[in-house]
Amino acid sequence: MITLSGVHKSFGPNRVLRGVDLTIAKGQSMVIIGGSGTGKSVLLKCVLGLVKPDAGTITLEGQDVTRGDRDAFLARFGMLFQGGALFDSLRVWENVAFRLLRGPAAMPKDQARAVAIEKLRRVGLKPSVADLFPGELSGGMQKRVGLARAIAANPEVIFFDEPTTGLDPIMSGVINALIREIVVEMGSTAMTITHDMSSVRAIADQVAMLHDGVIRWSGPVGEMDAAPDPYLQQFIHGRATGPIEGVR
Amino acid sequence: MIARLLAQIGRPVLAVLAAFGRVTLFGADTLRHMVTPPFYGREFAIALLQIGWFSLPVVGLTAFFTGGALALQIYSGGARFSAEAVVPQIVAIGMARELGPVLGGLMVAARVASSIAAEIGTMKVTEQIDALVTLSTHPMKYLTVPRVLAATLAVPLLVAVGDSIGISGGWLVGITKLGFNSATYLKNTTDFLEFWDVGSGLVKGAVFGFIVALMGCYFGMNSGRGAQGVGAATKAAVVAASVMILAANYVLTGMFFTS
Ligand SMILES: Nc1ncnc2c1ncn2[C@@H]1O[C@H](COP(=O)(O)OP(=O)(O)O)[C@@H](O)[C@H]1O
Ligand SMILES: [Mg+2]
Repeated sequence: MITLSGVHKSFGPNRVLRGVDLTIAKGQSMVIIGGSGTGKSVLLKCVLGLVKPDAGTITLEGQDVTRGDRDAFLARFGMLFQGGALFDSLRVWENVAFRLLRGPAAMPKDQARAVAIEKLRRVGLKPSVADLFPGELSGGMQKRVGLARAIAANPEVIFFDEPTTGLDPIMSGVINALIREIVVEMGSTAMTITHDMSSVRAIADQVAMLHDGVIRWSGPVGEMDAAPDPYLQQFIHGRATGPIEGVR
Repeated sequence: MIARLLAQIGRPVLAVLAAFGRVTLFGADTLRHMVTPPFYGREFAIALLQIGWFSLPVVGLTAFFTGGALALQIYSGGARFSAEAVVPQIVAIGMARELGPVLGGLMVAARVASSIAAEIGTMKVTEQIDALVTLSTHPMKYLTVPRVLAATLAVPLLVAVGDSIGISGGWLVGITKLGFNSATYLKNTTDFLEFWDVGSGLVKGAVFGFIVALMGCYFGMNSGRGAQGVGAATKAAVVAASVMILAANYVLTGMFFTS
């Protein structure tokens, strides 16, 4: 279980998070929605300790994430970054197997490569991609390699930052199904950021909407359509008029 | 009025001092990570190749032309008091003590500090550094330590090669244009040079190598956002490395040769 309470983060005068309270139960799939620039990525980075919150606490299974052994903590996580964040000096398979090749429990190279190729297959990429460099792939393919890297070590908690942005509808469907499968099969806890409402419906157990630095609404995905909150309704129906301003 | 003026002077001075403090902490952090495992051998080997081997042509060419020009200058300057014969000795001492390490260091600064800053800066703005952290890999250990260690070891070797090529440049000019006898020129060079003439230059090289890679890594890791941030980081790394090399050279020369 991940719990955030009263999380604040500003960048200079830009007050991005202004008291975020959120709980993600173990083995559940939480989807965060909200407009561009509302701080969704910053929120994930706060949990991982990549961004230091100004105030508030974040706990994983009751333990404060800023205390204790960082390596052991991070070993439980997988993260797909919004831009893929592949290491462009390494081949695709070395990217996917990065964690498997290093650390105290490092695998032999052949075995790590085999795992990498299997993970690539799961995200819909052919084995021939394994020996290319990230720069030789299209944006959508890079995203899928990033996804394969996030799931390579079978983490307990997985964060997906806009996993389907830039993919065609069919590939989006494949990725949505894959994320759902990972949560169900591996029992992982997932936190996904997306703008794509079809992804929300395919992936989510729970939905939370971030707006103006706080969680504006959260609840089970089944209650989302009937919820009266005008902000949420404007967002899920993509209306140009409503309480959320079009110009930000 | 005077307070405003003082503030105008004080602010940049404070900023420079603060930056110097941060660089010092970064350097201390690098040394600390250098002596604690894990150690990334493959990254070190790549850095050694990039910084050492691929810098050979530029350092060699610089040294060759500098040695040649030095021979011409000393000959024409020496002619004013009939001291043309000192060309071999002055070329040797000038290259080994000063020009080999300083010009070698500056060329490496131009070539290596820029490329390290641009590479690490790009990794920073494309979230690759964040990705490293989430994959339980410390960016200082994986990126900074291999490069700093490689530069500290490789630049003295580059300086040694540069010294030899520079002295050869002086010799070539000496025997083809200035009428020196080849054997006499070489004998004068080897008889005159002392171990510390060369050794001090190699120590300087190690310090300059450390500075170059440290500046590249520091400015890369602290790069601003976007392409503009990377551009600014690259420029700052080269400027800072060059200025620090010249300042360190003065300090080291004072330490080594005034007693
Ligand atoms: N490292 C940073 N430095 C300064 N500002 C940042 C940084 N990271 C994010 N921001 C700002 O925080 C806000 C939220 O960003 P982000 O979390 O990326 O939005 P999104 O919800 O689209 O993922 C934006 O205004 C962005 O400019
Ligand atoms: Mg984002």
